Amino acid sequence: MSGTSSPRIVVVGAGPAGIRAAATLVEAGLHPVVIDEGQQAGGQIYRRPPAGFIRTPEELYGSEAAKARALHALFDRLAEEGRLTYCARSSVIAVHEGRLHVLGEGGVQVIGYDRLILATGASDRVAPVPGWQYAGVYSLGAAQIALKAQGVALGRRIVLIGSGPLLTLVGAQLVKAGADVAAVLDTSSWRQQTRGFWGLAARPIVALRGLALRAGLGRRYQAGVKLEQIEADASGVTALLWRDAGGRQRRTPCDMIGMGWHLRAETHLADLVGCTFTYDEPWRQWLPETDEMGRAGNGVYLAGDGVRLLGADGAEIAGGIAAAACLADLGRPAPAVGADLRKLARLERFARGLARAFPWPFEMVRTLPDEAIVCRCENITAGAVREGADFGGGEANRVKSLSRAGMGRCQGRYCQLAAVELVAAQAGCTPDAVGHFRGQAPVRPAPIGAFLQEG
Amino acid sequence: MITAGRIVRLAERDRAKVQFLLDGEMRGALAGDTVLTAMLASGVALRKSEFGPEPRAGLCLMGACQDCWVWQEEGSRLRACTTLIVDGMRLCTTLPENWP
Repeated sequence: MSGTSSPRIVVVGAGPAGIRAAATLVEAGLHPVVIDEGQQAGGQIYRRPPAGFIRTPEELYGSEAAKARALHALFDRLAEEGRLTYCARSSVIAVHEGRLHVLGEGGVQVIGYDRLILATGASDRVAPVPGWQYAGVYSLGAAQIALKAQGVALGRRIVLIGSGPLLTLVGAQLVKAGADVAAVLDTSSWRQQTRGFWGLAARPIVALRGLALRAGLGRRYQAGVKLEQIEADASGVTALLWRDAGGRQRRTPCDMIGMGWHLRAETHLADLVGCTFTYDEPWRQWLPETDEMGRAGNGVYLAGDGVRLLGADGAEIAGGIAAAACLADLGRPAPAVGADLRKLARLERFARGLARAFPWPFEMVRTLPDEAIVCRCENITAGAVREGADFGGGEANRVKSLSRAGMGRCQGRYCQLAAVELVAAQAGCTPDAVGHFRGQAPVRPAPIGAFLQEG
Repeated sequence: MITAGRIVRLAERDRAKVQFLLDGEMRGALAGDTVLTAMLASGVALRKSEFGPEPRAGLCLMGACQDCWVWQEEGSRLRACTTLIVDGMRLCTTLPENWP
């Protein structure tokens, strides 16, 4: 089946990176299969509401509307013309020996590939705050998805916490839509934020747009805060306790808290196909290794926020580059990518600036009280993770086995970074020495019946 | 303290109405709502944590955190943030009693 004339190429993910990768392959005369968890192509940032919603792209995506429109139209046209195969509402749950196990509505299907482009994107990078297990705590991305794809706010009185561009953007979008946003609390101080200045100057318009949005938040926005406790009653969140930059304790009543510190790359599939990971110090997380074109070896290519956290523009460019690498490796004519690589380098400088200006608050995580919950899936506490490190030493996977942090239904996506900080602090080593949780198939929960049908 | 549902509808309110059963009680929602939106339009939570006393209402809304799985009366589960509500759905916040 896998003759050189018609190589089987699978793209996982239909956000900006996956769409651009697929379109580049189609332009070269190939017919890729695109597997995507969404109802429609677009990914998270260009996510489309279900049928029957009427807001325009301009209302949904603001300054990015033209890009969203173009990508949606491109992908829909290629799918309609039958030049690619789109598997929507489908999750790749395992990869083994050139075969993807894909969970869709009809059960598990096995799809073989000669070349694989992973464009799995990212999710919010969160940090445990005491009380974050209560109903009413969401990620910033969740608040944005609720507004964009459902037209709703996830609470009547909202407090946003975290740091980075999404904090300001979600705050501004909610205010504009008519939500009651009580406070937007940034854990990064003004001083810290100026440290990223030279990097942020690589995209002056984007940086200025962010500052303008923040100015629109007025006194709701506070920099340099410390987060102390999320209070709740039987129906969920009731208030956030925090300290302002001057050290005064404050209590803001609310029924919803949105949190996020930029993004965490979605890397489970990269792990399953055997990618090497390196600890990225500025982003304080493990990222898979590739060459500058996105080659990860063994016919696998990575593109987008799942490998380099550059945002939607960078993801789209990287998707095209990864497809070009794939075409070149197949011995086919490939588009020139020199200019795109230079664009990526500029976006990388900007992203490094962001990482410096709006860091993940690892000191806060390291000093969590023992009773604070770190793993929301199974309510595993900071104390239990510390005990795991006392017993098993400073190694991520031993602590995972001992404490079960990282073994719940999200498979460590939302606790791994915090758990590793706690282990590093307890064992007196650095997070990169602690290592990362090994990915395990299935990477999404799957009903056992799906596998029985397969046999 | 929340008195009605957790969510506030800010836009797109002009959609067809659908009805579903939650723990045996009839609830209303709008066509195009996810199960999560539909349930939180009139309630404050989706389910109870299996590992603690607190109710849960989802976290990520993008199918990654798995905090929003709810039961259907016939015994299967679904992820509330990535599933659209369907008229006549029969949902439960806890494991159905006659689960096989």
